[in-house]
Amino acid sequence: MPTLTQMTLAQARDGLVGGEFSAVELTDAHIAATEAVRDLNCYILETPDAARDMALAADERRSRGEGGALNGIPLAIKDLFCTKGVQATAGSHILEGFTPPYESTITRQLWEAGAVMLGKTNLDEFAMGSSNMTSYFGPVVNPWQRTNDDAKLVPGGSSGGSASIVAARAAMAATGTDTGGSIRQPGSFCGIVGMKPTYGRCSRWGVIAFASSLDQAGPLTRTVQDSAIVLGAMAGHDPKDSTSVNVPVPDYEAALGGDLKGLKIGVPKEYRLDGTPAEIEALWEEGINWLKAAGAEIVEISLPHTKYALPAYYIVAPAEASSNLARYDGVRYGLRVEGGTPQEMYENTRGEGFGVEVKRRVLIGTYVLSAGYYDAYYLQAQRVRTRIAQDFHEAWEQVDAVLTPTTPSAAFAQGEKMDDPIAMYLNDVLTVPASMSGLPAISVPAGLSGDGLPLGLHVIGRPFDESTVFKVGQVIEEAANFTALPQLMAGGA
Amino acid sequence: MSDLLKGRSGDWELVIGLEIHAQVVAEAKLFSGAATTFGAAPNEQVSFVDAGMPGMLPVLNEACVEQAVRTGLALNAEINLQSIFARKNYFYPDMPQGYQISQYEAPIVGEGEIVIDLPDDESCTIGIERLHLEQDAGKSVHDRHPNKSYIDLNRSGVTLMEIVSKPDMRSAEQAAAYVTKMRAIMRYIGSCDGNMQEGSMRADANVSVRRPGEALGTRCEIKNLNSIRFMRQAIDYEAARQIEIIEDGGKIDQETRLFDSGKGETRSMRSKEDAHDYRYFPDPDLLPLRFEQSYVDSLKSSLPELPEAKKQRFMEAFGLSAYDASVLVAERETADYFETVAEGRDPKLAANWVISDLFGRLNRAETPVSESPVVASALGGLIDLIADGTISGRIAKDVFADMFDTGRSAFEIVEEKGLKQVSDTGALEAAVDQVMADNPDRVADYRGGNQKLVGWFMGQIMKSSGGKANPQMVNELLRKKLGSG
Repeated sequence: MPTLTQMTLAQARDGLVGGEFSAVELTDAHIAATEAVRDLNCYILETPDAARDMALAADERRSRGEGGALNGIPLAIKDLFCTKGVQATAGSHILEGFTPPYESTITRQLWEAGAVMLGKTNLDEFAMGSSNMTSYFGPVVNPWQRTNDDAKLVPGGSSGGSASIVAARAAMAATGTDTGGSIRQPGSFCGIVGMKPTYGRCSRWGVIAFASSLDQAGPLTRTVQDSAIVLGAMAGHDPKDSTSVNVPVPDYEAALGGDLKGLKIGVPKEYRLDGTPAEIEALWEEGINWLKAAGAEIVEISLPHTKYALPAYYIVAPAEASSNLARYDGVRYGLRVEGGTPQEMYENTRGEGFGVEVKRRVLIGTYVLSAGYYDAYYLQAQRVRTRIAQDFHEAWEQVDAVLTPTTPSAAFAQGEKMDDPIAMYLNDVLTVPASMSGLPAISVPAGLSGDGLPLGLHVIGRPFDESTVFKVGQVIEEAANFTALPQLMAGGA
Repeated sequence: MSDLLKGRSGDWELVIGLEIHAQVVAEAKLFSGAATTFGAAPNEQVSFVDAGMPGMLPVLNEACVEQAVRTGLALNAEINLQSIFARKNYFYPDMPQGYQISQYEAPIVGEGEIVIDLPDDESCTIGIERLHLEQDAGKSVHDRHPNKSYIDLNRSGVTLMEIVSKPDMRSAEQAAAYVTKMRAIMRYIGSCDGNMQEGSMRADANVSVRRPGEALGTRCEIKNLNSIRFMRQAIDYEAARQIEIIEDGGKIDQETRLFDSGKGETRSMRSKEDAHDYRYFPDPDLLPLRFEQSYVDSLKSSLPELPEAKKQRFMEAFGLSAYDASVLVAERETADYFETVAEGRDPKLAANWVISDLFGRLNRAETPVSESPVVASALGGLIDLIADGTISGRIAKDVFADMFDTGRSAFEIVEEKGLKQVSDTGALEAAVDQVMADNPDRVADYRGGNQKLVGWFMGQIMKSSGGKANPQMVNELLRKKLGSG
């Protein structure tokens, strides 16, 4: 039997049900693991006492024959989720000390399913970033290292703390949020599974907003099966979120397994970008062969507006963010830096409270919504967005899912790409089109780069067809047989 | 219409467009479940959404949508089956989200029109540009602390309808009539209580002047007028100010102005250059608002009779003048009161009693018709006593005063005070004989040709009968007896 921190969530669940160990034991093992990898800076706030209490309650439920799908499973929660009575910062100085008096719908559902909270994970400030370098609470370290090189690597972002802590075997799973790739890219960088469900599948109520029309929560796990289990507990219609969609949530776990006979998988030619490393092209080719071998028919498709997705994303997301972040004004909660007039107080608070990347995006967003620029930027970007969605809509007439790489490169070192925002934004080039179209997509670890870093393959599906995405993802997972382990994980490698 | 203003250099035409902000009658706010009662303690009616807490999301209150559609229908306006909520972005301490959720390019209600009532039984039609839904802001309180302001978020998120007129009004009087009519319509359908003191209804006036027949002049917007009287003063002041500037060779700067009710003048608040760039964009937290025509139709079929239709009906069915009819329909309660009084009675008599007697007393007592001590059926009872000759019209005035003071019925008062009209020919003859016998000189005078003396005899008899003598019968008897001498 693997150790308590090395087993998958599904194994742990079955072990708990079978009485092989208690939730308290499982949680204690993860608290110890958390301490062992504290240098990775995965958490903004660890909550070990709450975790033990929750584990104890889970064991009591179990003894009464009760308990939901995640009873006793220790999870890490991205610090973008509001958790009642527990600080929520969004990785920003401006919210430091803010303790929400309410619980986000998703975390409420997780606790109702019996899950245990280990802590609130670090993230790029307000989820704006692809490296976790923009957090006010310091960068997160990727537990993976290059062969023969101990440079600290980024875990990706914005859900970097969540990805890193799961990869380091110190949490069974973590919640993330994905606006342009913030679950999938760190999943790929950290060698784990990152799932962004369909926009509207998971409630945004109580999740601190970055870009409302794109933000979607999802799980980070070590296996596709675990992802299916956790998403099952996170998903569902919420009348408190007007963009949440009232469609039934299938049993994702039950839908797993089987071959891909009869499925058509699209391979979009526009995703073959200039300058993509050959090893990523090769991995993609390998993925195509795995799916073929599982019985799928591979169809070359065209998504002609792909190249416009990234620039359009970097207009739409900052536009919404500039408005969403206006509420952080020092008047009601979080940081306040006094000034002689209300105007001065806002300026001082926001000047001190927001980091450089957040300010950059607020400025971009304000600019593209301004009189005289709105049509040329915001409106044009929305038109592009419609075209991108239309591309996929047409693709669904031919294929059931789309296969691409997740990222154009493996994890980079802390400090790289820092002085070039555009290079940083390019990390999202392959994940953003699915975000702009609201489609479900998963990143599954599929291989290692030349210098020993994990690389993911990316499966995009039809709206609300997470089941097919999981199924294809699991075929990749099995074929890839990704057993490599990171260097900096709890318990050592 | 001679609404032209005289300037030193000739005539000027005043052009007014109004934006009315009307608080929607609803139990909860536009996007949160918080209550909306006026007068609650500060920050007692604030949800996490209204306070702009992180991660909170708006959910549209359908009751407010219904009120907006009903109002649109009452304004004879086009109802848009799809409309979009947009964010209007600006910073203000009492606006917690940093933006107001409003409607910009696609409002819920489009063009419409209403008929306004002017003096001398005139009326005219004023166009409606649009009606949209939006959130109200909170309130900043600046006078409680030397260098701090307090914020009350009770109003934050309360539903407002902004109703924008076309620039169709040509005098402060028309603007007043427009607001009056708009208020009446909304009170009829119950979409806004029209209470301007409590801030449930306020107006912004766009005012400009031009030479008759020329293109529109540059306008100034006077913000937050919270009474019809202040609005009239503000418009008149503003018109005079603009005419003076132009006649002195200056030009009008487009700007936002405030009315100082203490000084009776408007002053500049901010110029066009300082105007906010609100960066409107569709609110990504809310889907476009869509409904079916059948929804609109069902709301339409349940609308009550509106003031204009009621006025026409009162004129046609009851033969009332346009003026009387418009006075009676100004408030739904008044119209209902009148209809109860008029039911089965002489409608003109009923209208006179309601308009001159009842309204006179109610106005003096500052009491609304809904709280009148004389209920409609009681006033009807009084009119019945006049109609069947039990009391005279003159006595009826006294009885009414008594009814108003005591709340007792006309019949009770007449019985108790013995105010029944004397219509017994024998008793009246005796009274006439008596007064003639007591005043032979005057009888002679009359018979000598001074026919006007009949009035004096009449007065004597009314006096001796305590006003109860049936005046018509006394008149007949006097003429007969005096004339037959």
